[in-house]
Amino acid sequence: MEKTIYFDHAATTPVRPEVLEAMLPFFTEKFGNPSTIYSYGRESKKYIEDARDKVAKALGAQSKEIFFTGSGTEADNWAIKGVAYANRKKGNHIITTSIEHHAVLHTCNFLEKEGFEVTYLPVDKDGLVDPEQVREAIKPETILISVMFANNEIGTIQPISEIGKIAKEKGIIFHTDAVQAVGSVNVNVEELNVDLLSLSAHKFYGPKGVGALYIRRGTKITSFMHGGAQERGKRASTENVPGIVGLGKAIELATANIEGNAKYVKRLRDRIIDEVLNTIPYVRLNGHREKRLPGNINFSFEFIEGESLLLLLDMKGIAASSGSACTSGSLDPSHVLLAIGLPHEIAHGSLRITLGPDNTDEEVDYFLSVLPEIVGRLREMSPLYEAVKNKNKSKK
Amino acid sequence: MASKKVMVGMSGGVDSSVAAALLLEKGYDVIGVTMHMWEDPTTEDVREDACCSLSAVEDARRVANKLKIPHYVLNFKDIFKKTIVDYFIDEYLKGRTPNPCIACNKFIKFGIFIEKALSMNIDYVATGHYARIVYDNDKERYLLKKALTKEKDQSYVLYNIKKENLSRVLFPIGDYDKNEVRNLAKKYELPVATKPDSQEICFIQDNDYAGFINRIAKENIKPGYFVDTKGNILGEHKGIINYTIGQRKGLGISFGKPMYVVRIDSKNNQVVLGDAEDLFSTELIAEDVNFLSIDSLEEPLKVNAKIRYSAKESPATIYPLEEGKVKVIFEQPQRAITPGQSVVFYDGDIVVGGGIIS
Repeated sequence: MEKTIYFDHAATTPVRPEVLEAMLPFFTEKFGNPSTIYSYGRESKKYIEDARDKVAKALGAQSKEIFFTGSGTEADNWAIKGVAYANRKKGNHIITTSIEHHAVLHTCNFLEKEGFEVTYLPVDKDGLVDPEQVREAIKPETILISVMFANNEIGTIQPISEIGKIAKEKGIIFHTDAVQAVGSVNVNVEELNVDLLSLSAHKFYGPKGVGALYIRRGTKITSFMHGGAQERGKRASTENVPGIVGLGKAIELATANIEGNAKYVKRLRDRIIDEVLNTIPYVRLNGHREKRLPGNINFSFEFIEGESLLLLLDMKGIAASSGSACTSGSLDPSHVLLAIGLPHEIAHGSLRITLGPDNTDEEVDYFLSVLPEIVGRLREMSPLYEAVKNKNKSKK
Repeated sequence: MASKKVMVGMSGGVDSSVAAALLLEKGYDVIGVTMHMWEDPTTEDVREDACCSLSAVEDARRVANKLKIPHYVLNFKDIFKKTIVDYFIDEYLKGRTPNPCIACNKFIKFGIFIEKALSMNIDYVATGHYARIVYDNDKERYLLKKALTKEKDQSYVLYNIKKENLSRVLFPIGDYDKNEVRNLAKKYELPVATKPDSQEICFIQDNDYAGFINRIAKENIKPGYFVDTKGNILGEHKGIINYTIGQRKGLGISFGKPMYVVRIDSKNNQVVLGDAEDLFSTELIAEDVNFLSIDSLEEPLKVNAKIRYSAKESPATIYPLEEGKVKVIFEQPQRAITPGQSVVFYDGDIVVGGGIIS
């Protein structure tokens, strides 16, 4: 393989050198347990609080509203289960959407087995949730609304601020899974009217294994891990100091040049979208054309299985994905694509490309030069495509 | 010249791991693939041993890493459910005893897997089956043959590969026996060298096929009567799926003499019991027949035929019937000829063809 091109930034990103540098001392010389009183520990504690300040600043929150977790998935689990259990006496109804990440969907499925009732709101063909449908779904028993900020597969950005306004008006706790958004677009908890927000460091050039949950002060939520007094007793366990420091540094760097990066990535994104839609027939762009993450592209190629497409791209050195990858690395038809109304066979044939500021125009050129040939080859083998071609011929 | 590309189906077991290593040694450009086929929707247990479990994927990946070959997981869950699991359940509900591995080889391993490979410009597919494919210069065709060591031979389950696909399939371990394969695994330092063989149906836990069908198709399973060969009612059975031809144990009634299941009558939901001699028969009809060493059967042909995986071959003559069916007449009576199982015809080492017993 001559070159490798990384087009899967929604899956994860590399740790930036500055982030790694900031983390390194905390593996060795600054190894103290933050809960201790001697100088080693105090120093670790100080850096954790610095990181907390940085996250708070990036989100427009207060430092004491930031709680570090082991991942974005953990933050989602905590937000949803924590609110559900703490507010059980008040009601048992939760509103979410059909296109959430599995960290939210499967947590809601679990709560259904525990006696909670969950409404999964539909989305339109672009993947947008209608805030009015959220309002209509609210019942006296509703205790939580959870709507993702931006979708991990199709990149559609939801009207979070509007939904937040409705939740606020009705006095219902509002959570957003912002794992895909933080670091790519501006996220401000006040403007968004959210009470809880999940994020994950490795999506914005930070390390894996660390995330955070923003919890607006006064929000009723149970503790997630029971044990020591870490994270103000709400999420016990010895802090992942290097990870937390890395998260702090990464969010600081990502937000420092967020507009510039977004503009750059968006230009690459639009180059790909425009050229592919113009040059390859039977392609559909999934997700909203404008209201989408700057780096997200999601195509469906009719008559092709996404799996074969990804393998051939990989053989050409291009790392892309087909939406969400399951533990085995095999692909199921995406629940998101099914929710925006794609038929089963087309939902199987999707390609997700997610760009980051480290991608270049040359990489985009290379991708655009190999894609048509791969799509053409796979279609040549497809009996369905053959049938369509013949039909078109006979029309002429 | 660039080396030929081969996709090898890797289950994470010893056989397919060694197959991959041997291909690599022969100079092929090897791509490892694990076929993801099944997740039991009705159980939350984590399966450890089966070829379709997650740990199988991880084992295969470990082997691929060791061999430094790319490894992919292909999702065949939909087609596997349709062509294997649903078929398996349907057959039992019809009172037949299917062989799901044969169906899997036809539709998945030497069906869609080959199609996928071709669409990706791959020259061959390979698996860790004990069998051989050789080109016969006189007959000017590829032949499917038994493995060199007969004890492990798996040609029986491979008879319905399409003949035009024989030239695209490689069986790298067909020249070895199990001990040699284990030794090769050690030699190549493959992390699965000591893994036990899988024996069961891959999508069924603890070999409890009846429990599996019960969980999935409960509403279609109804108790009925055991009857004797003359139609007299002998007692009540728990649903025909629980029985197979030749079965003696687990009938739940004692008769004072050994009684065997000799026929299953799905139309009347009856299980027919008889004596040991009622189990013997000299002929059968095979349908869904695939021929490999000949293009089609035009006149009677003497073969050795085998009526189940564990049965011994027995001399027989096969006769062409209408609609591609074949009549098989054995020289010696065969015990417990079972509808749904396959009969495979051999000419010495060569697989002539086979079909499903109707």
